[in-house]
Amino acid sequence: MATLTYRDALNHALREEMQRDPDVFLMGEEVGVYQGAYKVSRGLLEEFGPMRVVDTPITELGFAGIGVGAGMVGLRPVIEFMTWNFALLAIDQLVNSAAKMRYMSGGQVGVPAVFRGPGGSALQLSSQHSQAFESYYAHIPGLKVVMPATPADAKGLLKSAIRSDDPIVFIEGEMLYNTKGEVPEGEHVVPLGKADIKRSGNDVTIVCHSKTVSLALKAAEQLAGEGVEADVVDLRTIRPMDTEAVLNSVARTHRCVVAEEGWPFAGVGAQVVDTVQREVFDELDAPVIRVTGADVPMPYNKHLERAAKVDAGKIVAAVNQVLYRESEA
Amino acid sequence: MATTSAPARPRPRGGLDPARADVYRDWLRQMLLIRRFEEKAGEAYSLGKIGGFCHLYIGQEAVAVGSLAALGPDDYITCSYREHGHALARGITPRTVMAELFGKAAGGSKGKGGSMHIFDASLGFLGGHGIVGGHIPLTTGMAFAAKYRNTEQVAVCYFGEAAVNNGAFHEALNMAALWKLPAIYLCENNRYGMGTALERASAIYDISERASSYDMANEVVDGQDVLVMHAAMERAVQRARTDKVPTLLEVRTYRFMGHSMSDPIHGHYRTKEDVEDQRKRDPISVWSQRLIAEGMIEEAAAKALDKEIIVEVEDAYKFAEEAPDPEAGELYTDVYAEEEKREE
Repeated sequence: MATLTYRDALNHALREEMQRDPDVFLMGEEVGVYQGAYKVSRGLLEEFGPMRVVDTPITELGFAGIGVGAGMVGLRPVIEFMTWNFALLAIDQLVNSAAKMRYMSGGQVGVPAVFRGPGGSALQLSSQHSQAFESYYAHIPGLKVVMPATPADAKGLLKSAIRSDDPIVFIEGEMLYNTKGEVPEGEHVVPLGKADIKRSGNDVTIVCHSKTVSLALKAAEQLAGEGVEADVVDLRTIRPMDTEAVLNSVARTHRCVVAEEGWPFAGVGAQVVDTVQREVFDELDAPVIRVTGADVPMPYNKHLERAAKVDAGKIVAAVNQVLYRESEA
Repeated sequence: MATTSAPARPRPRGGLDPARADVYRDWLRQMLLIRRFEEKAGEAYSLGKIGGFCHLYIGQEAVAVGSLAALGPDDYITCSYREHGHALARGITPRTVMAELFGKAAGGSKGKGGSMHIFDASLGFLGGHGIVGGHIPLTTGMAFAAKYRNTEQVAVCYFGEAAVNNGAFHEALNMAALWKLPAIYLCENNRYGMGTALERASAIYDISERASSYDMANEVVDGQDVLVMHAAMERAVQRARTDKVPTLLEVRTYRFMGHSMSDPIHGHYRTKEDVEDQRKRDPISVWSQRLIAEGMIEEAAAKALDKEIIVEVEDAYKFAEEAPDPEAGELYTDVYAEEEKREE
């Protein structure tokens, strides 16, 4: 095992897949000469040259569409959005082109493209640069939405995403790039659509993904000190969702909290709650509680920002609620 | 009027090459096929056999026929949602196209795409697309793929003049010129984006001038003359295939019918006189009269050809009508390459 940052784990996945398959190329703003806005593509231009590591003008709609078109004729584009905030300019190409092509062509034309970049809350970047959009894309049949929380999953899931024949929305945690973790050496591929139990416990299930995984683990650590053992279920892939893993956990713990950075209305957690109440209603000893970002645009002021974001304390409070415990916080 | 005798007027510049008489007659056949097919589609729509939107190509036939004849079998083509004509000119059978319009399993997209989404990947015909301008970057990506793989392919994008005011157009053309991609952007300027005339939507009248923003080769083309269209497209293909640079063609044409079946031929945005005036340059009459005048086809043979085509279109109609609907299970197929477990 090597210890890598989340950033370098992604870099290794890109490098290995580009070495493995000449049809894989990387395109986006600042991916080449600048070495990546977040340095995920560091060194790739030098290794693979400008035809395979392509710097674009600031034209999200345009280069996302170029990625879809190149995918339609069999290349495997990896399209980097500098952040998913800017990708809103390209959402037509993801929703109307990438997601629909296979269906509306009667199965003739697929789009094996990966659209990747950082998403989720950042640090004091105010309203337009600090947003979690996974529920937007997870709503769309035809897309898959992948969100790694650890360096090992970042590498393994990106490799699977690049090999997939479907269009993938791959949202990296903007605050996770510097986090470190052990990553298996060599061929390390994590299948899409499989959740991962990041910590086992029998008292409560915490369903989480991306940045909220580390927050849930922190909350679980604190709860363990209070004699409460949490089962931390990292979804890893939002769509298709591994509902089996969630339901198996809830059937065991009988209590469930869902944490996500996004806004509450029509969020990913709402989908989890729907599945849980429908499938294991009789197993529940308490209503499922969601922990989300506040239902406001992200503020700049750090005190307000802290209030708007999910943190471990808010997850602990939610766990206490489903356990009908007095909060010790 | 056309006669079988030699034309009284001077022979037009760049006269017809007798050695290509078969090709010229085939262009007439293709244009007639599109015309009769579209008339039949309009009829089927009125009878409720075709649903949704149905955008007819009547009046613009020479554009698809003349330009597609200049392409090779490996080239890529995308279109807007007014693409029945291009599909037929590329060689998708009238049966397959009509069955798709009828939403039948025998349609090219198994009845899931309909009028706006005709595909045949084996012919490089990569879709009718329903979002104005949205397919311009897609085609640019196909041209990028051709360059990436160092092939001789070119990618051609057909779109209406209304799309040029859209950001996707600018973004795509800029990158195609910047990266020297083998792309051809063929703007079918039929004068109206739905009911909005060109001069009410664009700050400049000559769409071809927009290419100068990207230092891109461009031409204004008479889209009602199949021969002129073909020659201009051959030049664009040469630039793409040999010189590896893109071209913007502004092809001036006219839509004889409404925007879609729900739009009358004339009304709020154009007069009956406008349409009648434009109909004087019906691309099929222009071409058939020229072929007759230059002795490439007998008038009787042209009429016989039309009759044959009417029979072919009737056959397509009958085929589509009798073809089965998609199986209910088709609802959930073709969403993903690897089918996910789905909630139904």
